Amino acid sequence: MRVVRPQAALPPKAALPPKAALLLGLALLVPLPASAEPAPAERTLAQVKARGHLVCGVSPGVAGFSVPDGQGRWTGLDVDFCRALAAAIFDDPQAVRFIPQSSAARFTALQSGEIDVLARNTTWTLSRDTAAMNFPAITFYDGQGFLVRKSLGITAVKGLDRATICLQQGTTTELNLADWFRTRGLTYRVVTFANSEQTLGAYESGRCDAYSTDQSSLYGERLKTAHPDEHVILEEAISKEPFAPGVRQGDDQWRDLVAWTHYAMLDAEEAGIGQANVARMRDDAPSPDVRRILGLEGAYGERLGLTADWVFRIVRHVGNYGDSFARNLGDATPLKIPRGRNALWNQGGLQYGPPIR
Amino acid sequence: MNPDTMNPDKRFVRESMIPPAPPPRRISGPLARIRATLFPDLANGLVTLAILAALVWLVPAAFRFLVVEAVWTGASGEACRPEVVGHPVGACWAFIGDKINYLAYGSYPTAERWRPNLFFGLLAFGVAWMLWLGAPKRTWGAVYLFLVVPVLAYVLLAGAPALGLVSVATALWGGLLVTVVVSGVGIVAALPLGILLALGRRSDWPVVRILCIGFIEFWRGVPLITVLFMANVMLPLFLPGDLTVDRLVRPLVGIALFASAYMAEVVRGGLQAIPAGQRQAALALGLTPFQATRAVVLPQALKIVVPGIVNTLIGLFKDTTLVAIVGLADFVRVLEAARADPRWSAPAVPVTAYVFAALFYFAVCFGMARYAGFIERRLAAGAVR
Repeated sequence: MRVVRPQAALPPKAALPPKAALLLGLALLVPLPASAEPAPAERTLAQVKARGHLVCGVSPGVAGFSVPDGQGRWTGLDVDFCRALAAAIFDDPQAVRFIPQSSAARFTALQSGEIDVLARNTTWTLSRDTAAMNFPAITFYDGQGFLVRKSLGITAVKGLDRATICLQQGTTTELNLADWFRTRGLTYRVVTFANSEQTLGAYESGRCDAYSTDQSSLYGERLKTAHPDEHVILEEAISKEPFAPGVRQGDDQWRDLVAWTHYAMLDAEEAGIGQANVARMRDDAPSPDVRRILGLEGAYGERLGLTADWVFRIVRHVGNYGDSFARNLGDATPLKIPRGRNALWNQGGLQYGPPIR
Repeated sequence: MNPDTMNPDKRFVRESMIPPAPPPRRISGPLARIRATLFPDLANGLVTLAILAALVWLVPAAFRFLVVEAVWTGASGEACRPEVVGHPVGACWAFIGDKINYLAYGSYPTAERWRPNLFFGLLAFGVAWMLWLGAPKRTWGAVYLFLVVPVLAYVLLAGAPALGLVSVATALWGGLLVTVVVSGVGIVAALPLGILLALGRRSDWPVVRILCIGFIEFWRGVPLITVLFMANVMLPLFLPGDLTVDRLVRPLVGIALFASAYMAEVVRGGLQAIPAGQRQAALALGLTPFQATRAVVLPQALKIVVPGIVNTLIGLFKDTTLVAIVGLADFVRVLEAARADPRWSAPAVPVTAYVFAALFYFAVCFGMARYAGFIERRLAAGAVR
């Protein structure tokens, strides 16, 4: 015969469930880091080749740098850089998978090997460089700038003395601003907001005289105003924000390849090799310089673990740096960002490609 | 007998007619009903007036924004600027129209988009089969929805080269597809797991009980954001280099476990509301403990907690947008990315994007709530007899 135990109206009290769970969790977590391997050295290119495509971490949506179109295809300067890498390795700019990275997860994604390269308008700083990643080359020189009304007639940042400036909270923008104004003995007033929509709204409504953030973003923000023509972005920048692709430390081959992909695009532009004329240039190379760049002389691609025609592939599929800039940021786009600091070194800019030889 | 009434002299006789009383207040008809329901007294009347005023103020404004002043066609953000259109601009639906494919599928390859479409169709069929109470063979509907659809969905969406379906990496999934997959997996996993955990928490076996309590309290004790961060940011660092778990699967598992812990507590609330006598009576009739739980306790308990279950499911559906912070392109995330397009930069575009997201989430959540209300009324039909 069954003995029926009357069921308690309340469940028995748990003596120490959260603690037990915590201990269990800790016990599970603690031994794991020990088993983690250091990032594999000198393996990235081999892994990418074996996989058949590049995995590139991009920003989940920044105008001009990485934006999905109506069909979900990514476009932008950072996206083009990844496509150039894929073109150099596979002769196919489509052999790349883009993984949008939140700013919080981007460095872990790189370290854990989830992505091969991080092309996500990331500012190269010493603390980031020394914290388990490398920045092979600067693909875009940005800086903190100001959006002001044309009617104010201001041309230099100094003109903003005693101005009210709108900012987004929790960024280094505020610190840069304080440093710059203090060292020059100028005064200003800051109004901060939680997100860029509110900041722009406050600026537009006249609450502030200027809106300050990275210049590359200001061109996108200006387009969101009711009358973009009435606003201007001051040329002067008060901080250095060099955007660079990131790679894991300890893989010099991959680091070289990423750096030289950018340099190749610069050298191609400097030598006058563009997407439009690259085929003609190869068939009828005007100078030894062009012959070296396009792989007709020497074995430079092989030294990077690629084929001799690696630059030809990049320029044919993606174009040189100027092509990519014009397509994504320049006058052909609504952004209309001037080349400025990103012009070639011999045209007054900072973009300088070491020689391919 | 009262002697007074017997006395003919003292007999009371009415000498004049009573003036006719006014007719009783109308208690039927539309006017009376409006008065009784909307203006029964001063306080209620004032509230009614306030709500009416708010509606008069809001509804035309919303209609103007959503329909009258909206821009329906155009190739770029320029089309949604007031100086181009010539009148104030409300919603910029042209933007949604241009991006609709991206919003639905993310970066899923264009040639393979029939696969998510087929998945949506299969899912809708299964949901309709389950939810329409008059549908035939609803047991098979449950088997189809909870066993067949997930397998088919996996094969269809991820691909099976053996069957001629190209593999599509989850990094390419996005938009509505990701939101449906994440919330679908969460909902499908949360209820059965939650019921098991709730029963386990009331088990007589200490090991089972303590494990269940530990599980529930652990997952309820950490924020969902932490779970997602652990899954997508920390976990890959702990795993050996050559072992990778898909970046969509990791948060999926996290969300399923998280939701099941909440569901377990909802179900336990229902189990506690069932008097112990129900189970004792069932056992006395000779039912096994399993039968008693399955046939007597659980049906009554679940009936009680329908509002709580739906509450949890609606919360889960909305919480799925948190996967955006670990880099998954859910519906809200793709809207954000889409409006970063400089071609579509116009003051009306961000507002349109958020209004569209709000309408989408409201439609789904309101639908869930209404269906739950219908189920509750049906389950309560016995009580109001």
